[in-house]
Amino acid sequence: MNTKSINRLVDATKLAMIVLVACLLVSVIILLVSEQPGVAISSFFLGPFSSLRRIGNILEGAIPLIFTALAVTLIFRAGQFSMISEGAFFIGIMGAMIVGIAMPLPPGLHPLVALLVAGVFGACAAAVPALLKLKWQVSEVVTSIMLNYVIQFFVIYMVNYHFREPEASSLASLKIAESASLPGLVPGTRVHLGLIIALLFSVATWFFVFRMRAGFKIRLVGDNAQFSHYVGIKAPAVMVMAQIIAGAVAGIGGGVEFLGMYTRFKWTASPGYGWAGIAVALLARRNPMLVPLSALFIAYLNVGSGIMARSSDVSSEIVLIIQGVIMLMIAADALLQNWRQRLIVQNATA
Amino acid sequence: MGVFEHILSFQFVAMWLRVATPLIFTSMGAVICEKSGVVNLGLEGIMLSSALAGVMGSAFSGSLFVGVLTGMAMGLALSAVFAYFHLVLKANAVLCGTAINTFAGGFTVFMLEVTTGEKGNSSSLKSLAFGSWDIPVLKDIPFIGDLLSGHNVLTYMAFLMVGIIWYLLYKTPLGLRIRAVGENEDAINSVGISVKRVRFIAIMICGVMASFGGMYLSMGYLNMFVRDMVAGRGFISLAANAMGQATPIGTMLSALVFAFFDGLSNILQLLKIPSEFVQMLPYAATIAGLVAYSIQKTHSTRKKHGLVRV
Repeated sequence: MNTKSINRLVDATKLAMIVLVACLLVSVIILLVSEQPGVAISSFFLGPFSSLRRIGNILEGAIPLIFTALAVTLIFRAGQFSMISEGAFFIGIMGAMIVGIAMPLPPGLHPLVALLVAGVFGACAAAVPALLKLKWQVSEVVTSIMLNYVIQFFVIYMVNYHFREPEASSLASLKIAESASLPGLVPGTRVHLGLIIALLFSVATWFFVFRMRAGFKIRLVGDNAQFSHYVGIKAPAVMVMAQIIAGAVAGIGGGVEFLGMYTRFKWTASPGYGWAGIAVALLARRNPMLVPLSALFIAYLNVGSGIMARSSDVSSEIVLIIQGVIMLMIAADALLQNWRQRLIVQNATA
Repeated sequence: MGVFEHILSFQFVAMWLRVATPLIFTSMGAVICEKSGVVNLGLEGIMLSSALAGVMGSAFSGSLFVGVLTGMAMGLALSAVFAYFHLVLKANAVLCGTAINTFAGGFTVFMLEVTTGEKGNSSSLKSLAFGSWDIPVLKDIPFIGDLLSGHNVLTYMAFLMVGIIWYLLYKTPLGLRIRAVGENEDAINSVGISVKRVRFIAIMICGVMASFGGMYLSMGYLNMFVRDMVAGRGFISLAANAMGQATPIGTMLSALVFAFFDGLSNILQLLKIPSEFVQMLPYAATIAGLVAYSIQKTHSTRKKHGLVRV
């Protein structure tokens, strides 16, 4: 065994361990609180596969997670900890909504323009904490989180005061033009063209990060900013670039989610895909190619918890508990590190 | 009454101190952590969980004291998890904190539903709250009495904590160690003090501070737990700590500045401004404050060194 395959073995074991712990944790919590644990556990784990529509729910639930996780991947790869994916996604929804309602365009062109605008909005949002750090060394972590709140209220203001459906009693925007919607893919489900777009973005992001000069710079800067400085890379500029691209990806994700799944804007708060995207990105070990798989896993947990909440007495928030535990365990770099070390030493001395 | 008359009233000062209390508590925790070289992004989640734990502890035992103990225990437990994963398992602090926050967001609503059947708030629980304190003699002095007396017990405690944390950091051996670990961990390692142990203690103290910040929200500011009631105050406390350069006094002043805008947003609700902009104000003010502080800092370093390091 060489070092590369040892790393792969240890990483795979760690991943399996995490998935196992997550599933065990779900079962234990259910056994503790539920009066009908059998129903709850089976609806959680098997429910998502019980019908075509529910399998569709997993696929369509993975779409927004793929986009935000790709954005998180780009930001983390550059060694930055901006949490702006959440806000970029939400403002992307608004961008797509404005084009969908206010700009009459032919089908085909309409969603394209809407997604473009969504991407630009997302990129602008992500540029703010990035540039503040570049220019004045303001920590991007806190500013991005604060900006997420600002964006949330701004978007709701825009819907409430400029695009609101006057007939509706609760907050809802006007209907978007039919020409702007993304077409469905599988009859009997709500899976839409966004899935293909998301997969294309995963491949493109992988290509960008691992095969292109700019992506190489991002990785270099993220791994060792000082070193990259000495080899003549303008590290601050690369960090800003990574965040702006990430913002665009998350913004487009918001647009895709909106145009694929909704005809009106109905959110009363930012939906949290940006935060969930962190868990997805970490689970995929910041590899864009693996992002769709880990997004499917998290989406599966989401769908399962939803079905369980409807068919038993356990609430769906259990899924956030698991997400938190998963994030903790993946982030734990030293987990299984001793084993890895031993294998490598054994291998070297053999 | 116009906005300015409102701001100049005693009621505004009282409200200002009310919204400042959780920020002061939690930002003092952030100070201790930062001094030891740890950025604790999990403050938000610790506050939230302790807010619920305090409510539940007091509701089920009928005793405020037990409620406080439960809230503190919750803060300590989450801090211990944070510390274990960050210090022993070498997880990145930002990711660790985010994980704690994600966990807390789900855990609190989950527990709330298990115990009350509701997901929104704990109004069905008969939980206890901290009372206000009329300072004897002082309360009868005009003006000063109105200004200083009659606030929540925890508000006084929060200001007291600023002094205690200051004393702890600058006048005790533990404080010296905490500051030394943050300044130069190799140096402190070389004199035989465990860096991990010092940081662990700092994180635990921080957990107690954040748990009081959280408990104040559900057992003082309001009389019940409401889901997601912390609403970014943990992060704003971190911002206050950054703006106060991790000094207790400076951080308290920064927390008061941020709280001013929080209080202001309560008043502006009376005006005909879209409510979204009013709600946005505390967060926008935090960004503006951080930026203003950083600009000023960059200028002074530029002057000092004549150039900027990347």
